[in-house]
Amino acid sequence: MRIVLEKRPAPSRLMLGLTPVLAVIATMLAGGVMFWALGANPVEAIRTIFLDPLFDPTFGAYSRPQLLVKAAPLILIAIGLSLGFKAGIWNIGAEGQYIIGAVVGAGVGLAFYPTESRLIFPAMVLAGAFGGWAWAMIPAILKTRLGTNEILVSLMLVYVAENILASVASGLLKNPEGRGFPGSRNFARDYPAASNLELLPGTGMHWGVVAAFIAVIAAYALMTRHKMGFAIKLTGEAPRAARFAGVNPTRLVLFSLGTAGALAGMAGLFEVAGPAGQISIDFGSGYGFTAIIVAFLGRLHPVGILLAGLLMALTYIGGELAQLMLGMPAAAIQLFQGMLLFFLLAMDVFANYRIRIKTREAA
Amino acid sequence: MTDALLTLEGLTKAYPGVVANDSVSFAIKPGEVHALLGENGAGKSTLVKTIYGLVKPDAGRMLLNGTPFAPANPRAARAAGVAMVFQHFSLFDALSVAENVALGMDNPPGQRQLGARIREVSEAYGLPLDPDRIVGELSAGERQRVEIVRCLLQNPRLLIMDEPTSVLTPQEVDILFKTLRKLAAEGTSILYISHKLEEIRSLCEHATVLRLGQVVATCDPREKTARDLAEMMVGTALHVPEREGGETGQVLLEVKRLSLPAPGGFGTPLREISLALLSGEILGIGGVAGNGQDELLAALSGERPAPAGSIFLRQRDVSRLRPNARRALGLLAAPEERLGHAAAPEMSLTENALLTGEVREGLSSRGFIRWGKARDFAAQVIEAFDVRTPGTETAAGALSGGNLQKFVIGREILQKPDVFVVNQPTWGVDASAAAAIRQALLDLAQTGAGVVVISQDLDELMEIADHFTALNEGRLAPIRSARGLTIEEIGLMMGGAHDMDVADEDAIAEVQP
Repeated sequence: MRIVLEKRPAPSRLMLGLTPVLAVIATMLAGGVMFWALGANPVEAIRTIFLDPLFDPTFGAYSRPQLLVKAAPLILIAIGLSLGFKAGIWNIGAEGQYIIGAVVGAGVGLAFYPTESRLIFPAMVLAGAFGGWAWAMIPAILKTRLGTNEILVSLMLVYVAENILASVASGLLKNPEGRGFPGSRNFARDYPAASNLELLPGTGMHWGVVAAFIAVIAAYALMTRHKMGFAIKLTGEAPRAARFAGVNPTRLVLFSLGTAGALAGMAGLFEVAGPAGQISIDFGSGYGFTAIIVAFLGRLHPVGILLAGLLMALTYIGGELAQLMLGMPAAAIQLFQGMLLFFLLAMDVFANYRIRIKTREAA
Repeated sequence: MTDALLTLEGLTKAYPGVVANDSVSFAIKPGEVHALLGENGAGKSTLVKTIYGLVKPDAGRMLLNGTPFAPANPRAARAAGVAMVFQHFSLFDALSVAENVALGMDNPPGQRQLGARIREVSEAYGLPLDPDRIVGELSAGERQRVEIVRCLLQNPRLLIMDEPTSVLTPQEVDILFKTLRKLAAEGTSILYISHKLEEIRSLCEHATVLRLGQVVATCDPREKTARDLAEMMVGTALHVPEREGGETGQVLLEVKRLSLPAPGGFGTPLREISLALLSGEILGIGGVAGNGQDELLAALSGERPAPAGSIFLRQRDVSRLRPNARRALGLLAAPEERLGHAAAPEMSLTENALLTGEVREGLSSRGFIRWGKARDFAAQVIEAFDVRTPGTETAAGALSGGNLQKFVIGREILQKPDVFVVNQPTWGVDASAAAAIRQALLDLAQTGAGVVVISQDLDELMEIADHFTALNEGRLAPIRSARGLTIEEIGLMMGGAHDMDVADEDAIAEVQP
């Protein structure tokens, strides 16, 4: 008896919709085993990660607003990434674009300190978007002009961005009144005009959340109604047909990398001016990488990304809770999130293949 | 046939919907250069894949030196002394020659020893190769040498060569032939697959001709003319219809000395292609696959920009224009490959109608798609060309080949092109759909459009074309009137016997003033 994978004539639509759910379940099972091996009660650990942040009577009030705070940058970045991913353009460097967006946006804000102009925050948002866009243009232009691989270039630029962040946090943008500690002035505490505070108290709703929702709607309209969305979809599904149809590959690379960079940069600015509060050496928190998981978990569909972003945010908050309550190491939580992508990609096999059990090999 | 090296007996292999090999039997003697001749789709590739252990036959058997031979995989075939040089090279650009050779061997010796062997073998057969060079820097001919030397190091008894000259310059072909003759003289048998008639006549002692999966003839090609071989390949029923050249008018499309390097590693470069297409004219371009058909279509459609001053539409230089700009001016095209090139298989017919119809049918406004109009246009194509489909939202890939082809052709014709370039309009299409498509092309020309039909189906070209030419290694043979053209002349134009050019200058002068 042998178990063989047999290619389906066409991908199963049922499985395409079902695999994200199956992946979440498989992650819970495998994660449970991991938590058990670390000496925790697996059921309690899974409950702490997925349910306690929302329903726990003591922590719920604190962690529910965090859901939107954490989900917003993930969704914003993942929406941008999904455009390129759909066309087969792999921007792995959103983390770098996120950091540079934060640095440039914060830089503009700090340059006008302590203005009370109402224009300063919009200017910072634009500057953040510009910073992320410009950082993404490096792999885009290298790819279109010299044919370099955007995966490698965008990824390596993350490390460059991290070094720039470390440099400005303890140099150019350092708080002059910070008694020599690295890190910029705190927007949330010291600079009200330039801060990105909660719009409705107790909800976690800030301008980044608004931007994320707008991005979801805009991406949906782009993909279903606009020529550019059609070109993206066509390039991903049949690249030769796209060239025949007249899609300009150079423009597509510039557009998708640029949009992803601008959205990631904006996400960085919303984060630095709000939840993070300041430019600090450890500002880069991995949102740019996690957003890759979010994009795929959401099947590169705007609404899917919205849901996947919320789910991923939940694992972030639940993971912190698990660290606090059960003493789980931070690495275990990252592993848990990584498992999610692993299982999702593994489950995708079943969309394209079905399992056949052959009892006897025919000669 | 005890003296044969390899005997094939009744080999049959069927794929869903097509019998690729239908009880094929023949034998290859030791030291013989044996040609396997046939049009595209005749079943040559399936047959050699069977010998090389890549395909398992449904019925029939093979004997190697009189003992049953059924290789389970290429490794087993190589162990039995069968080696193959593929049409497409399987080499790693970033590695050296010696490293590439080692990768293809089952038990490679050490690099230094291997390097010495490569030098020795390659020089012995007149194929000098430096084992330390990086493959990425080699020419196509040198890359092929790597493949050949890799095979020779295994001391094969049978060497299979699949279209080996398609990527070579004439000089390289000469060198290759010398090597092959030397190998044969030493007792190695060679199975040589090609549809180039002159090559086979000069190289091979024996030929087996396949048509639609069956052996239709065996002969000694040296005793046959190119005409005989062409007739065997395409079938004798090559009828030349009486067709009056339609009303032709002014020049619509003019190509002037268009040369383009091969796209990527495996394409064919276009070499100094010139043609003029009049309104109301159908120009048929014959030739075997891989001689520049795809490349010519891509250059005309605008997928690959051409050098300025090489393509003119109504005297306007369109060489640098992108596909949609050319469409706007009236130059439309339909490529050969339906799935993935002319149409996106997983997208709906509406989306596929938008694929080329956006500009001329006004299917978008200010960047936003007018899906309603796109759907109407798709419905029009379906209606006018009798495309059998449940509706406009069906995925293109779900249609049968004939129906999708009618959709693809109809999509362009309904846009009322001034010039329509189509590659293989009826490839893999059932007879009634093929007839409908040919009629549509004739009707289009009747309205005053110019049509370029690139096809490997000579019957088709003779039926609809006013003028005929053929692509051979990226060159266009002189354009001739299709009327009164004999099969021998066609065969020679397709086979690239360039000495024809001199003899027929008078005839050329008639049609190309």
